[in-house]
Amino acid sequence: MARRRQARVQVKDAVREGGLFRARLIQAGALLVVALLALVARYAWLQLSQHEEFVTRSESNRIKLRPVAPARGLVYDRNGVLLADNRPAFRIEVVPERVADLEATLSGLAGLLVLDDDDLERFRVQYAAARRFQPVPLKFNLGEEEMARFAVNQHRFPGVDVVSYHSRHYVHGALYSHIIGYVGRIDADDQARLDGRRYAGSSHTGKTGLERHYEDLLHGHAGLEHVETHAAGRPLRVVSRTPPRAGRHLYLSLDHRLQSAMAAAFEGESGAAMAVDPRSGEVLGMVSLPGFDPNPFVGGISRRAYAELVDSPDRPLFNRVVQGGYEPGSTLKPLLVVAGLELDVIRAGDRVLSTGQYQLPGHSQVYRDWRAGGHGQVDAREAIAQSVNTYFYRLAVDIGIDRMAAFMGRFGFGERTGLDVIGEARGVLPSREWKQATLREPWYLGETVIAGIGQGYWVTTMPQLAQSMSILARRGRHAPLHLLRATQDGIDGEPIPVPGQAASELPLGDAGHWEVAVQGMVDVVHGATGTARAIGQGAPYRIAGKTGTAQRVSRREGRNPDSLARHLRNQALFVAFAPAEDPAIVLVVVIEGGGSGSRAAAPIARRILDAWWAIGRELQP
Amino acid sequence: MNRGAGARPTWLRGGLDPWLLGGLLLLAAAGLAILYGASGGNGDLVLRQGARFGLGLVLMLVAARLPPGLLLGWTPWLYGGAVLLLVLVALLGEGRGAHRWLDLGVVRFQPSEITKLALPMMLAWVLHGQPLPPRWPVLALLAALVALPSLLIGQQPDLGTALLVAASGLFVVFLAGLPWRWMLAAGIGAAAAAPVLWHFMHEYQRNRVRTFLDPESDPLGQGWNIIQSKIAVGSGGLHGKGWMAGTQSQLDFLPEHTTDFVFAVFAEEFGFVGVLAMLALYGFIIGRTLVIAGAARHTYGRLLAGSIALTFGVYVLINGAMVAGLLPVVGVPMPLVSYGGTSAVTLLLAFGLVFSVHRHRRQSSPGAGL
Repeated sequence: MARRRQARVQVKDAVREGGLFRARLIQAGALLVVALLALVARYAWLQLSQHEEFVTRSESNRIKLRPVAPARGLVYDRNGVLLADNRPAFRIEVVPERVADLEATLSGLAGLLVLDDDDLERFRVQYAAARRFQPVPLKFNLGEEEMARFAVNQHRFPGVDVVSYHSRHYVHGALYSHIIGYVGRIDADDQARLDGRRYAGSSHTGKTGLERHYEDLLHGHAGLEHVETHAAGRPLRVVSRTPPRAGRHLYLSLDHRLQSAMAAAFEGESGAAMAVDPRSGEVLGMVSLPGFDPNPFVGGISRRAYAELVDSPDRPLFNRVVQGGYEPGSTLKPLLVVAGLELDVIRAGDRVLSTGQYQLPGHSQVYRDWRAGGHGQVDAREAIAQSVNTYFYRLAVDIGIDRMAAFMGRFGFGERTGLDVIGEARGVLPSREWKQATLREPWYLGETVIAGIGQGYWVTTMPQLAQSMSILARRGRHAPLHLLRATQDGIDGEPIPVPGQAASELPLGDAGHWEVAVQGMVDVVHGATGTARAIGQGAPYRIAGKTGTAQRVSRREGRNPDSLARHLRNQALFVAFAPAEDPAIVLVVVIEGGGSGSRAAAPIARRILDAWWAIGRELQP
Repeated sequence: MNRGAGARPTWLRGGLDPWLLGGLLLLAAAGLAILYGASGGNGDLVLRQGARFGLGLVLMLVAARLPPGLLLGWTPWLYGGAVLLLVLVALLGEGRGAHRWLDLGVVRFQPSEITKLALPMMLAWVLHGQPLPPRWPVLALLAALVALPSLLIGQQPDLGTALLVAASGLFVVFLAGLPWRWMLAAGIGAAAAAPVLWHFMHEYQRNRVRTFLDPESDPLGQGWNIIQSKIAVGSGGLHGKGWMAGTQSQLDFLPEHTTDFVFAVFAEEFGFVGVLAMLALYGFIIGRTLVIAGAARHTYGRLLAGSIALTFGVYVLINGAMVAGLLPVVGVPMPLVSYGGTSAVTLLLAFGLVFSVHRHRRQSSPGAGL
């Protein structure tokens, strides 16, 4: 009331107003000071008491770990011939953040590059998942023409770059496709299997063959870079670096010259061959024909090309030499002679009349010889040379299936040889136990009869045949098979020999029993009546060999024989070693598509052995 | 114009308070240096900002010579013009998402910045002829004068500036002696109105509030600015990482590092020591302006100078608190350090008015200078 009256009387009271104003100024100033102090306290808390915490967060903001992929080890043959290389190649990459219109870019690129739908599909999936600064590969392994066309037009495609990288290259294409195998893009399965730390930054891993088996040696260890990054994650500079450890180079026991000769010896036929040095167990050559070019698999094979390989009647993707199971047929006869002698069922000099047929006592079933009328009186050596079936029918029955299985088992039949490859088949060593376990049926004596000529339930693999022949060739000495000879750390490093498994002895009561079988095999090639005498002519070295013709289906465990292609049902085999007196090579040849062991497989073996002879004495054990 | 100053060569000093002028020049120089560092050595940016400072200083010197009486006469026109411009912006303005800018061909500027000055001038103009503390019909008029531009700015939408503009008006009323109980009532009313305000807010504004309340809830999106700003400040420590060596800003982790978050860069590069020095400088400028306001003898001048000091102080407090994660992200620049033309020019112009008040502090009526 008083104030109002005052206001009416006097419009302004300068002194009072001044006092009021100054009081307000002081109040405001005090409030500001308090607020400023509070702000200072906040900064002190952030910058002094929480400093460590924020420094850590600032560093983890700034520094990102980036893996560096190691260089994959190279693969050489025993003489240092390069088989698997890392080649500089070029790929097209697209950086999302720099591309304005993806569809326009892709359709423009489609006019310059060969882009199939698989490439595009894979690209779109990755593109959708990639961060904006992360380059996404569009096409690997650009051709020269594509490079040139793109280079001229590059200015039209911002955000599309040609980037160099190292791509696995298989120098000899199909020749080693089933041995070395190939690497491919790491997929979800691989990711679950592989050690994430070692494979950080790697795009490829071994998928088949030695690439897979020796992945651990070949791959090496990823390095790490501490990279200072932009907020968007784009790397600016490398702060520190742990270099990657490159994979080891592999020196295989294979000889590229022999390998080439082996493939050439087939002259276009389908089949497989394996050459081993029986002294060391080293595999000198290994072919499965036809092969396939593994190189398209590295960058990602197109669906169409893959379907062609799968559907080909020649089955180029089938690894005959590692996964193939073969009825050994007559190639087992020398070993059965050794068994008979060792078990004292026969004696080397005993002569047995071959009439061309054999009957079990009390049975009506007649087992025939391949030659009607028989071979007359033959001893063990001649029985091998002429491949007298009836001799072995009787021998098998006299040995009995249990002793046969036990004795043959010592040569490794029915078991993997342990060759350093992926997917080796096990084969079948016929026995009572095996039949009961697998077919749930008892054993019949008639089955023993045909087991004596390597038929019936017998399934052997090429490594098994090579291994058993090596043991015979070295008269009981067993050097385990292997492909890897040495590894090397960097190109300047000294190749370090890989210590193979120690050789073991397979002792006989009488070492002379080996010689009977070996002599029989020599007579196969060099004897007057040998089944393969045609190939013995003019050989400057003595060959011990044995033919085998499988008229029946090859049977691999768990596989219905009827599902195999017709041409796989008839196979000619030839096993051999040379020189007979001091064998340095064991050879196993399988040829598909009919013919007998003597006519189809033996000539191929001779061509391979001649090539080996020409390469000759350079081969060191 | 300064006829009263006689023949003394006072064109330079002529009423300019050397303490305040020194503080402002120091601040402007520091601002340019900080900006140079924060922009990663962008000379062009600093030159542009320097040019605005130059323009602002010229305007400041001119304004310092204007007698308060002249200003008083212009005030209603200035206020009316500012409101008119705000209406124009609402009709044909441009800007990213929000209409804030007006393109006059030669210059583009934000009329809301002028309002920050025009509004307190207008309120001081109204109160000038009134007995203080003001009676309620006057208060109602003042409330309307505050509400008009504030709402226009709020619907641009620019909530931060709207609140600041309203605050600059409220400071005038506060300094005019508005009873504390009224202000308390107004505060309670504002708190009660908050849900209503929330209802009228744009989604991005709500997100800012949400993010402020829990920045870690969306660390890569809305919370990014606050988190990165705190990391920048905290990692600066006592001495800082050194000029142009702040990784948070130089590597682009900190957004808006030349504008709203420039102080975070400063805190990262110069540490707590730098922050203390900078806040001390701001405090000195505010304090000196308050002293000038206290020394003025006429109502218009002291209300104007006082409200400028308080508004300036609130800028510093809000930006400093926002950078330190104490307030939501609002578009309030750090005075004379953040990159931005209109704000710098307006601020310097405002200090020109303070100088004018200082120069005519002995006059009991603003009209006497004419």
